Amino acid sequence: MEQLNTFRRRQFLKNWAYGLGSMALGDLLVRDGYAAAPNPLAPKKPHFPGKAKSVIFLFMEGGPSQMDLYDPKPALTKYHGKPLPAEYTKDLKLAFTKPNAAALASPRVFRPCGQSGIMMSDYIPHMHEVADDICLVRSMHTEAVNHHPGQLFLFTGSIQFGRPTMGAWSVYGLGSESQNLPGFVVLSSGVGTSGGASNFMSGFLPSTYQGTQFRSGGEPILYLANPEGISAATQRAGLDAIKELNEAHLADVGDPEIAARIQSYELAYRMQSSAPELLDFSKESPETLAMYGVGKEPTNQYATNALLARRMVERGVRFVLMMDASWDTHTNLNSALKKKTMATDQPVAALLKDLKQRGLLDETLVVWGGEFGRTPISEVRNTSDPDNAGRDHHPSGYSMWLAGGGIKGGQVIGETDELGFTITRDKVEVHDLQATILHCLGFDHTRLTYRHMGRDFRLTDVHGNVVKAMLA
Amino acid sequence: MRRLFLSLCVAAGAMAQSPIDFARDIEPIFKRSCLGCHGPAVQTNGLRFDDGASAMRGGYSGPIILPGKATESELIRRVMSDKSSIVMPPTGPRLSNDEISRLQAWINAGAVWPQSAKPVAKRRGSSHWAFQPVQRQTGSIDSYVLARLQKEGLTPSPRAGRPQLIRRLKLDLLGLPPTPEEVAAFVADPRPDAYERLVDSYLASPHYGEKWARQWLDLARYADSDGYEKDQPRPHAWRYRQWVINALNADMPFDRFTIEQIAGDLLPNPTTEQRVATGFHRNVLVNREAGVDRAEARFEQLINRTNTVTTTWLGLTAGCAQCHDHKYDPISQKEYYQLFSFFNSADDVDIDAPLAGEMGPYLRALPEYRKKRQALIEENNIPAMLAGWEEKMRAAWANPGKDPEFDFWVTSMSAMFDHARRVVHTPFAKRSQRDQDRLINYFVANPGPQYRDNKEVTEKLKQLRAKLQELDAGFPALTQAYTIAAHPEAPVTKIAIRGDYKNLGIPVEPGTLAILPPLQEPGRLGFARWLVSRENPLTARVIANRAWQEFFGRGLVKTSEDFGTQGEKPSHPELLEALATSFIDNGWSMKQLHRLIVTSATYQQSSKYRPEVAEKDPENMLLARQSRLRLPAEQIRDAALFAGEILSLEIGGKSIKPPLPKGVAELGYGNSVKWAESTGRERYRRGLYVHYQRTTPYPQLVNFDAPDSNVACSRRRTSNTPLQALNLLNDPVFLEAAHGLAVRTAAEPNRIDRMFAIALGRPPAASERESLARYLDRQIGILQAEGRPAEEAWTGVARVLLNTDEFINRN
Repeated sequence: MEQLNTFRRRQFLKNWAYGLGSMALGDLLVRDGYAAAPNPLAPKKPHFPGKAKSVIFLFMEGGPSQMDLYDPKPALTKYHGKPLPAEYTKDLKLAFTKPNAAALASPRVFRPCGQSGIMMSDYIPHMHEVADDICLVRSMHTEAVNHHPGQLFLFTGSIQFGRPTMGAWSVYGLGSESQNLPGFVVLSSGVGTSGGASNFMSGFLPSTYQGTQFRSGGEPILYLANPEGISAATQRAGLDAIKELNEAHLADVGDPEIAARIQSYELAYRMQSSAPELLDFSKESPETLAMYGVGKEPTNQYATNALLARRMVERGVRFVLMMDASWDTHTNLNSALKKKTMATDQPVAALLKDLKQRGLLDETLVVWGGEFGRTPISEVRNTSDPDNAGRDHHPSGYSMWLAGGGIKGGQVIGETDELGFTITRDKVEVHDLQATILHCLGFDHTRLTYRHMGRDFRLTDVHGNVVKAMLA
Repeated sequence: MRRLFLSLCVAAGAMAQSPIDFARDIEPIFKRSCLGCHGPAVQTNGLRFDDGASAMRGGYSGPIILPGKATESELIRRVMSDKSSIVMPPTGPRLSNDEISRLQAWINAGAVWPQSAKPVAKRRGSSHWAFQPVQRQTGSIDSYVLARLQKEGLTPSPRAGRPQLIRRLKLDLLGLPPTPEEVAAFVADPRPDAYERLVDSYLASPHYGEKWARQWLDLARYADSDGYEKDQPRPHAWRYRQWVINALNADMPFDRFTIEQIAGDLLPNPTTEQRVATGFHRNVLVNREAGVDRAEARFEQLINRTNTVTTTWLGLTAGCAQCHDHKYDPISQKEYYQLFSFFNSADDVDIDAPLAGEMGPYLRALPEYRKKRQALIEENNIPAMLAGWEEKMRAAWANPGKDPEFDFWVTSMSAMFDHARRVVHTPFAKRSQRDQDRLINYFVANPGPQYRDNKEVTEKLKQLRAKLQELDAGFPALTQAYTIAAHPEAPVTKIAIRGDYKNLGIPVEPGTLAILPPLQEPGRLGFARWLVSRENPLTARVIANRAWQEFFGRGLVKTSEDFGTQGEKPSHPELLEALATSFIDNGWSMKQLHRLIVTSATYQQSSKYRPEVAEKDPENMLLARQSRLRLPAEQIRDAALFAGEILSLEIGGKSIKPPLPKGVAELGYGNSVKWAESTGRERYRRGLYVHYQRTTPYPQLVNFDAPDSNVACSRRRTSNTPLQALNLLNDPVFLEAAHGLAVRTAAEPNRIDRMFAIALGRPPAASERESLARYLDRQIGILQAEGRPAEEAWTGVARVLLNTDEFINRN
């Protein structure tokens, strides 16, 4: 960035020195909005051609229960209600549950889906239909067992604060294809998440790269709408006057930052004009809306976000983070998980189908998962109510899936033991997942770096290996 | 396995042969294969094989050679391992079977290491500039800057015009723009020392402390909430901020400013204010997620404290050494944990920190309050219920896994209630009133599983809770402060191997870095004094450099957070020495330091961009002109409210909550963030006082690059984004400010000129006046077409002015 700044100033200066400065500055800027000062969000080439152009990260905040959705554990039935053999639990350190807690078998019914025959539970029937598009990872491993640290780790590669998030890294590396939308957009559903803004911060990267929140209700972007009493004509007249004064000041003091400011205002105006079109679903077919579950409960909120995500990647948004809260099923597992899947299963599957039918899935990487998984043993906070049982956080052997750009669908990576405690094959660390996501975008994760406090930092810290088996 | 078997055979064979000779059989192995990383120059993980005593002590994990027990010795395990992440040496050829068996035999025979005649080599010194003593330099700022410019064949810029100068000076010293009257008075002031008089009057203003507190609070990672998932509010955090503002306004010498914040509690008979100062450390994040491991949470906090202090005072990126010896700077992992141990020896303590006027009403109301509270507690049978609950809790602490429901309550209370375990295990008679009150309040709100299904009791407790809250609401409680004090258990600090709090190595004593002068007195207080001792080469340089950064947008050392070998070198080394020298000579006076800088000709230059200079010096490092700086987030809001004449200039006090757009607080975990909007003048107070909720910060602060308050921030970045444009254009706060600016100038004959002067501190050029007049006409036409009052066009003019680049910059 420092070099970029220097470069930018030099470029500007060159123009200046060759007499362009005497041209009407307006002309200079009109001719090409980015002539004078390169936009830090201008599209950039990755290290090698990546299969994926954009990412949609379906973040299920709180830790979805893998053995009730994607990783069947029939052997748990044998121990249901009894403590597990000590060999499984001897090194266990959990957030709430003690290692001697009883096993909790899943009441879910699993069946093989698609040609690939991936086993999935009856809580996610719509996902059954896209089984052959996803690469299911059953052997995820993270370093954190609590929500906020877990989310920091997933998105920044470190449990300490201050590092840039995956979305910020992506936009830093690739820029944005969109001239009038932010490069990194955040959509949320449900209540707020543990990580909050730290899941989409730019950390020590310039704040240009941080995620911009789109709200599902009211103004989609903060301060996007003109304030009360300010019409479109008033806004435009004001912008023209601001531009005139800024241009005069630029001619007087010559600081290239003023040219950049003029451009920010123009981009802001373009965002104001294009966002309503983005949010307008009237041109979507009734079939599409029905497929996502837009306008119907309980899917409406998530479906709206999923459809928005598709429309965003269509318009060149680089990274869409969809945060859905409350997968943290410590208690009332069966009813709570049912509620979560009822609201999201259909929209998630529809997103994959829709991207595919539009030919976008090949260039869009879709990732699904939480910050960790859940235990095969039960957590009981009310002994008098048997339906109250839930599962505690579990950092090892949880499931995530990837689909689309660069990913080979219809396969399962990794395996857990018969009770779902430990990983028995092909462990995938969070840093490996991050390396693989960057790889799909065309980056060698060890070379996508940023110098800060005397050190070159990267998303994967000093770890991570691309999981080749996942790749198409 | 094959290898193990083989080596056992060989070892047995070797032992039968001639006895091991250290110099012949062992030392060459160390020399060839180990000393590169564990020798006189470098001691990775604290280990060295060039000296017997050191080798026997082992590394950070403890001893690696156990005389007589080869198979149990880590050294043998390492050289024999098949795992690439474990085997030693990590690169190059493995030790041969013969070498391994010699090592085994030597250890089994008692690992005798003959006394070496050669002296133990000392740790390598450093020639890095920042670790050398400050050199006495007494030249003027301008002499150093000029000399460098001349060397580069550049000339300085002329002095800025008076309107530009006064706006710059007031924004830099007080964070506020000047009024048109102030500008006019300064422009008309014929006295030769008009500028110096202005400087002195600003330095004496109580807004000085507000302006400079912001920079310090960035370093102190100040916030009004805990951070992490729960992100609970900290209703008394402002008390520390108040201390900072007061200290800066009083020009408290920086050495004292340091000592009180690092160890004010350890001074003889510390005053309340000195204890409040230690709130610096309490700004650290607290993770109250119920399931969090307490030991891990505390470890993370201590890491944060260690890193914050080293960045703030020493300008070093010590954080790397949490996990391993610093790769570039002379900070070993052991030294890192020596620093860490100063903070490990401290405990969090909340205290009464009354402000003037609070004590009288409090003492008068206290007896009645206590009587009423006690009555409420007793008539609801709380003492007996509490005793039963405490017993269950203590049992769950003692025997986890027996009673899962109480296990959960223990976990949950440990996260939410500071020192939960200690308080519940302190006998009733020995508990402080504060702890007893806290415990009762906690129990009444969280009675636990025993009473869950007892409707009658839960209802009673609910009512009692409301009554206690009502009683508290009417009681003139004292302001509280979050402070630290010596830890009652004096925890021992051990090196966390690879930075993992679960994997502890050898214990360390508190201490500093070997590369720096030694500590003169022990303990945290000794450390505080050491930080600001004359011998410490870093602190004065780091602080002087940060002051410079605030006035020029760039430190003499650009990386103001990193004076280590990876940081940038000073652009004007002698000038930095001169600033540090004068800072110490002037008794560490911040105001004197600031005065010195702003009265220099270098500071007073015009900021006009000079293409021929920029060609040679694109970053304006050589200072052939002043820099043009974007105002910090808080000052942009202040300046707009000031222009609209709605800014409240009240100094100090609690944090405020200006109106927040819908959807911001909602992003907080589980909708737990409550944002009760401030009313009346409160909402127009300066940006410094805006409540900083870590997980959902006030958007205008985020948009304009305020730091996230999680780690020390030594310099803010400045971005230039469309979200900033949207913020200034459409945020109702800025529209209200624009409206204010229109209203206050309604009766002015030259209204455009007047508005321009208020907003930008100078009269408009003819072309600028014409632009605005043209806009005004166009806008009146638009409003007429829309059937709106033409007067609104003046709000439009104000809005245009408040959106200019010039308005949010200081020239």
